[in-house]
Amino acid sequence: MGAVRQMPMTDSTPDVSPQTDRMPRLLMILTLVTIIAVAVGIYMALFYAGTDIEQGEVQRIFYIHVPSFAATFVAFSATVLGGILYLRTRSVKWDTLALAGVEVGLVLAIINLATGSVWARPIWNTWWNWDPRLTLDAIMVLTYAAYLMLRNGIENPETRRRFASVYGIFAFATVIATLMITRIRPDTIHPVVFGPILTDASQMSVQGDFELAATAGVTTVIAYNSFVWSTLLPATLIWHRIRLENLAQRVQSLKARVLGE
Amino acid sequence: MANSLIQIHELVKAFGLMPVLRKLDLGIERGESVALLGPNGSGKSTLLRLLSGLSKPTGGTISVGGWELPREAAAVRAQIGMVSHKPLLYENLNARENLRFFARLYNLPAANREQRIDLLLERVGLARRAGDLIRTYSRGMQQRLSIARAMLHDPEVLLFDEPYTGLDQAASAMLDEIALETRANGRTLIMATHELDRAVRLASRAVILSRGVVAFDAPTAGMDTAALAAKYAEVTA
Amino acid sequence: MKTPFISAVLAVLWKDLQVELRSRELVGSMGLFALLSILIFSFALELDRIARTESVSGVLWVTVVYASVLGLNRSLAMERDQGNLDALLLAPVDRTAIYFGKLIGNFIFTLVVGLTLILLMTVLYNLTLTRLWLIVVLVLGTLGFSTVGTLLATMTVQTRARESLLPIVMMPVALPLLLSAVRASTGILNETPQEDWLAWVQILAVLNVVYMTMSFLLFEYVIEE
Repeated sequence: MGAVRQMPMTDSTPDVSPQTDRMPRLLMILTLVTIIAVAVGIYMALFYAGTDIEQGEVQRIFYIHVPSFAATFVAFSATVLGGILYLRTRSVKWDTLALAGVEVGLVLAIINLATGSVWARPIWNTWWNWDPRLTLDAIMVLTYAAYLMLRNGIENPETRRRFASVYGIFAFATVIATLMITRIRPDTIHPVVFGPILTDASQMSVQGDFELAATAGVTTVIAYNSFVWSTLLPATLIWHRIRLENLAQRVQSLKARVLGE
Repeated sequence: MANSLIQIHELVKAFGLMPVLRKLDLGIERGESVALLGPNGSGKSTLLRLLSGLSKPTGGTISVGGWELPREAAAVRAQIGMVSHKPLLYENLNARENLRFFARLYNLPAANREQRIDLLLERVGLARRAGDLIRTYSRGMQQRLSIARAMLHDPEVLLFDEPYTGLDQAASAMLDEIALETRANGRTLIMATHELDRAVRLASRAVILSRGVVAFDAPTAGMDTAALAAKYAEVTA
Repeated sequence: MKTPFISAVLAVLWKDLQVELRSRELVGSMGLFALLSILIFSFALELDRIARTESVSGVLWVTVVYASVLGLNRSLAMERDQGNLDALLLAPVDRTAIYFGKLIGNFIFTLVVGLTLILLMTVLYNLTLTRLWLIVVLVLGTLGFSTVGTLLATMTVQTRARESLLPIVMMPVALPLLLSAVRASTGILNETPQEDWLAWVQILAVLNVVYMTMSFLLFEYVIEE
């Protein structure tokens, strides 16, 4: 004994008590707080922060664009965490977390790409260019799309969860690469908002860069939005997605039970 | 029961939400030859895969020769030889090269490696074709070589996972012979099969699985195929 | 009881080399693909002397990475087709020994193709690609692809989509490797000062260490139920 975890059969079938149907009170509160916090953030972005001298109103997109990448990062980190914990414990809930992380992350990454595009149109005079960071960001999105394809290609649910966990951990390499690229590649024109720049700034031809402190309220609003988007928002979305998955699995098991009888 | 060669206690294996084995208990003594019977999906193959360490249990314990799975899996695997319905051989190598590869993988002493390979090739009647590529072999010949592969390291326990599928008369007869020989040599044999007459003929004990548990377990001595068939129909109904 | 790690790695490697010497399937198909690829690029991009110097490292690496995908699929399909993955798993060896055996084999085959490619491009494109540093980058790059690819191919050959899934799954993950390899090669071929591109070689080396550690830790999960 002891080599194998004791796992009674009842654990592998979800709880069938009617209570699980209702939304947990904490989730309800969290959802409400998140909605308010995001709304406040958008209000601040539109009315509190001053207008950028060089870029004008369009600069306000940064208040969504930057936080949405932070949120993507957090969501995909949840996938790594879920993957590691699933492989260690083989408990389905961690794989559900990983999957929720990927789906929420993908939505946020697409918001990030879309807002970036809208901003780039007046500033760079194009919706899209093959700047290294944009390219890597698109590849990151494709990586997680590949994650979903990989899941689809595997019929055995246990194998699916196992492979998905491994790939979810590997895929994070592209997130890190996207984050690092503006700092190590001198020829990107994408502005760096957060963190140190490793290459010599004078060599760069960044278009659309701006001084954080130059306009009133910019730092505050970016900091506030980044905080909300990287904590409350992904947490709420992931929780809802997990709950949905659990309900779907319950339907499956109830169906199996009915058909089995 | 404490000194049984193989001890299985409350073994559970679930694929997702579908349990295949539900708290299965089974003890097998050294030298027994057990026929594992049961309808498709009753868990025969799953049980053999768990015993060979190819698959990890969801719950419960297995020990083979005092070694526990999955913690001491390597030690368990060293004592087990498996013949499945797939040949588990390399098509672009010849018979001798295949066996040499597995001999290295099982770390057989280099000194008597070739001797052992010669002996087994002779035993399965492939000595004359030893230099031919596996892809030129018939299904029966591949399966015969597969038996040689499984017996290479002289395992304590031999597992047969429905190896008779698609075999011709000669190859089936040879597999029967080896099963009986294993029994005579005091080795342990566990074979999953659908054929009740073969079970009665080759095994000393019949175990019928149904819905993931042992539904019937008795010695085959004094039992004929008809009696076993009646039991089978009764417990799997 | 357990077979020593090195013996198991060598057994798997020796088996792969033996199969390859007999059938020449891997290096044959990879080599032919590589040759076709550089010809196609040459026509498609209408490479003149100057354009060649600019894009040669891109052509080289794209070809190497697709050739390695081809080889990896073949190498792991061999383990799947007759249930040989099970045969390997039945043996009393460390799972990571199987991984390293397969990895080293795939690395050698890809490297052979890469080196041939360098010679071919030197002749066909009339450029000197036979430089020590470029060989170093080639070794690091192909090792990286083989490291990531052996792990991912072990997964994808077990899926329904099989061979078609590997490039989709592998390309994004291998991209940081590809990127640093291309940047380093371009620097070397354009004979820019060493300090301009040495960082990329270092990044390549670091990525190798990172990916190898990850694969080492994760391999047993892609192979065992």
